Amino acid sequence: MRISSGRFGPADRRLLPEGRIAGPMPWVIAIMMFLTVLAAALGLGLRNAAASLDVNVGHRITVQIVEANPDERERQSQAVLEALGAQPGVLSARRVPDAELAELLEPWLGPAGVAADLPVPSLIDADLTPEAHLEVEALRRAVAAAAPAARVDDNAQWLAPLAGLVAALKWLSIGLVLLMVGATAATVVLAARAALDTHRSTIEVLHLMGATDVQVARLFQRRIALDALFGSLIGLTAAAAVLYLIGSRVSALGSELLGSAELPASAWAILMSLPVAGVLLAMLVARLTILRALGRLL
Amino acid sequence: MAGTIVQFENVGLRYGTGAETLSDLSFSLRSGGFYFLTGPSGAGKTSLLKLLYLAQRPSRGLIRLFGEDIVTMPRKRLPGFRRRIGVVFQDFRLVPHLSAFDNIALPLRVAGVEERDLATPVQEMLAWVGLADRSSARPATLSGGEQQRVAIARAVIARPELLVADEPTGNVDPEMALRLLHLFDALNKLGTTVVVATHDLHLLARIARADMLRLDRGQLADPTGALRNPPRRAEA
Repeated sequence: MRISSGRFGPADRRLLPEGRIAGPMPWVIAIMMFLTVLAAALGLGLRNAAASLDVNVGHRITVQIVEANPDERERQSQAVLEALGAQPGVLSARRVPDAELAELLEPWLGPAGVAADLPVPSLIDADLTPEAHLEVEALRRAVAAAAPAARVDDNAQWLAPLAGLVAALKWLSIGLVLLMVGATAATVVLAARAALDTHRSTIEVLHLMGATDVQVARLFQRRIALDALFGSLIGLTAAAAVLYLIGSRVSALGSELLGSAELPASAWAILMSLPVAGVLLAMLVARLTILRALGRLL
Repeated sequence: MAGTIVQFENVGLRYGTGAETLSDLSFSLRSGGFYFLTGPSGAGKTSLLKLLYLAQRPSRGLIRLFGEDIVTMPRKRLPGFRRRIGVVFQDFRLVPHLSAFDNIALPLRVAGVEERDLATPVQEMLAWVGLADRSSARPATLSGGEQQRVAIARAVIARPELLVADEPTGNVDPEMALRLLHLFDALNKLGTTVVVATHDLHLLARIARADMLRLDRGQLADPTGALRNPPRRAEA
């Protein structure tokens, strides 16, 4: 007789009855995976948004020339642009066009208000290197010297609470993912124990015939892996549908900040890999649970 | 000891904190021997068999099996020893969702025998126990006697070195009991050591060369061996 390796072959999988190993387990795993994918998507989206904030506006200052006289305002604006251009670490300086300013003010003043001869401060955006951002006080002095009517706003100051919120939400999502991993592992432990109880007589017979713990564990681990895969794919599909719907709503809003939370391809790849991770986790937990339980037999 | 497959020295077995079920058992079984284990109900026959097929470790004493001390043997080595032992359980312990074929094939699959090598020996064994036409039947659809024959076929399919049977003929008619005994006899002649626990005094007379171990209240009733070979006396 030819002896194969010490594992049961395809026909031997019948040693456990066909069908789901522990009734609701795939559905519980589906719910866990659904929530895990959403929490992970939140974390990945926020990571993207935080990076986008940092790159786009985190190192930006805005100079306002608050001067009622249009000629003087124009002169000081040019002086500030020249002063900024002469500073090391200023990547770019751009005067916000009047049309853009009018567009910004229109929601508050209405079309008639903007069209009126209202003195509006001129705005200059300057993007800085991170090193130059640390020396923002020197820039303030240079701007003040060039334009007495200038006020310098550091975007990082008003972005700080938002960045803090984003960071907190990011950590929250990581915490949620870890909680889901723990809950999934606990579910698998309970399912594996229930399966062991259900099939105790079969296991005892296999055991007394000389089956090793690993042989028996493989039977359960394979079945639990299939259940976990089934549940994980359902959870992922549902979560992907929800994310698609949320994404389309966010796109419709046209918000730059919310839009920056859009998931890149790499984030989708991570989300798609979660079911695989779920199955591997379920297999590992099932194996350890069953080996531990079998270890109590002689 | 050369030629000894089982050796018990002052073996005691206690379940939990109760009284000893087996006490001061000292005996040895020679390799290739045929043994009947008898005694009244509750004498400890099944407990003794459990020690033999490694379902229990003794509470005290020494047991050597296949020349090795199995009392202190690491747990991970026990499966290899169990594969050398065939067991017929009193309650059959057939796997309910498996067919007769798959139940009989179980020891071979546990041992890792490849699927293509299974069919012939399992079919032969089914024919030997008179169940060739019931190969795909599940235990629930088999009679008690048929289940017992499947259990016996499962116990002997892997040609064990030691066969332990607990009341193997309890549920079959006298003709089938005799047939099964001949199966054990044939295996024994091929070198398998056979230990059969039974109440059936008629069986004892059928294997003339068999030795008898009689248990009474957890102790060997015949520690000196003076009562051995009673079958011939029983016949007379």
